[in-house]
Amino acid sequence: MIKLNDIQVIFGKGTPLQKQALNGVSLTVEEGTFVTVIGSNGAGKSTVLGVLAGDVIPTSGQVTIGNQDVTRKGTAARAGLVARVFQDPLAGSCGALSIEENLALAARRGESRGLAPALGPKRREHFRERIAELNLGLENRMRDRMDLLSGGQRQAVSLVMATLAGSEVLLLDEHTAALDPGMAEFIMNLTQKIVSERKLTALMVTHSMRQALDFGHRTIMLHAGEVVLDVSGDSRKTLQVEDLIAMFRKIRGQTLDDDALLIG
Amino acid sequence: MSQIAFWGAVELGLVYAFVALGVFLAFRVLDFPDLTVDGSFPLGAAVTAVLIIAGVNPWLASGVAMVAGAAAGIVTAILNVRFRILNLLASILTMIALFSVNLRVMGKPNVALINADTMLSPFFGLGLRDFYVRPLFIGLLVVVAVIAVWRFLESDAGLAMRATGANARMARAQGVDTSRQIYLGMALSNALVALGGALFAQTNGFADVTSGVGTIVVGLAAVIIGETLLGARGILIALIGCVLGSILYRIAIQLALSTDMLGLQASDLNLVTAALVTFALVLPRLRRGGAA
Repeated sequence: MIKLNDIQVIFGKGTPLQKQALNGVSLTVEEGTFVTVIGSNGAGKSTVLGVLAGDVIPTSGQVTIGNQDVTRKGTAARAGLVARVFQDPLAGSCGALSIEENLALAARRGESRGLAPALGPKRREHFRERIAELNLGLENRMRDRMDLLSGGQRQAVSLVMATLAGSEVLLLDEHTAALDPGMAEFIMNLTQKIVSERKLTALMVTHSMRQALDFGHRTIMLHAGEVVLDVSGDSRKTLQVEDLIAMFRKIRGQTLDDDALLIG
Repeated sequence: MSQIAFWGAVELGLVYAFVALGVFLAFRVLDFPDLTVDGSFPLGAAVTAVLIIAGVNPWLASGVAMVAGAAAGIVTAILNVRFRILNLLASILTMIALFSVNLRVMGKPNVALINADTMLSPFFGLGLRDFYVRPLFIGLLVVVAVIAVWRFLESDAGLAMRATGANARMARAQGVDTSRQIYLGMALSNALVALGGALFAQTNGFADVTSGVGTIVVGLAAVIIGETLLGARGILIALIGCVLGSILYRIAIQLALSTDMLGLQASDLNLVTAALVTFALVLPRLRRGGAA
């Protein structure tokens, strides 16, 4: 379970560039729930993920992941609770390391790392099996450097990396945005499969309203650092992209000027 | 080039192989341009020389030198990580400070070790001529160091260090404390360099406060020559490249200096070094240009 309690995030406090990124966001996500997060640019989507991941320490409020208060913990200190896939395929893995070395690195996320060889025969076999499940043929390229892979392949491997070690929450930060449509669909279906098979608690930020409604159990919309919409269950099942747009207009009382929200 | 001169070059190359391994850890693994080595190399030499003269076992003295080198590396890491001083500048500050430290350690600019017992003393007079014994002994130590660094870099802990240098954000997301990795890496790197200094003092019979000048360039030259020759084919090959590069560099310098035709003399060493490093840096680029 994850819980955000009245989170305020103010960047550059006390300077002329002061910006209120989150304004009292409260959110409770039950275990095993897949939440999709939408909102226009600057709405605070990435900041919410940052607060959960530890990249952003909130100005006030409380962050609970699992049963732990992690409000003041940095990224590395809470990595055992949080798995992530980044928007930029290059950000989530090490290009200079091989596929299997990246997996070995991820398999010990949040654990202590000793002097034992990172890649024993048993681990190699396990990694190979997990990569073979992707059906991308990468199981025969385990010793290739990660930077030889395409963006889509890297995201697919990143998804596997995110699930090698246990976690309380999986954060997906527009992880299909940098891919071509075919690969984006493949990664989305893979995400769906992994999240439902492993009953993961997941938060996915997306720019696509279509994606936000097609996947997951619950959708929240952020605007100007606040949660303006939170739908789940039956009311979400009947919801269409057009309804979402209408709702957005009603709530904000303004026209929608962000084309990106309409795409997909 | 005489046989003695050749094996002398190999010996010096092997001594500086420790510098090359240290520079590889800092520059290539951690992506940390570290000039501390110009100070930690003579620091290793100074500590070893002073301790040996004081009657300390030379193995223990060399161990203490490594600890001193590690401490120097940690100082640079603290300046960079804790006080957020630019990495290059942080290392220059430590390097400058070490010049004074080294003078304090030795009490004078130069300490001779001529008749003192060194790590190598027990192996002289066993039938092999001295100019074979030295490279053989140091070569064995280099093999041990290469295997140790290789095993480390392919362990879970080593992967964390490599990830810190390659993609710090990703490393943190995987739970790697990147600051700690920089402390650890700089300590390891400078411990290796100080061991090089310790061996330099013991094979050459002296420690000199100025012997550190240009250490970084020599180490970098070795790393780059190794990369140019062997290419990027995994950690072990890269480490072997460092050693090979260091030896070849010394042989090249020896050749340049002993060829009367070129009219070079010992004082031209730094110019020749700079030319050689530039050549090694430009060569891969020329190759790529030729292929395209």
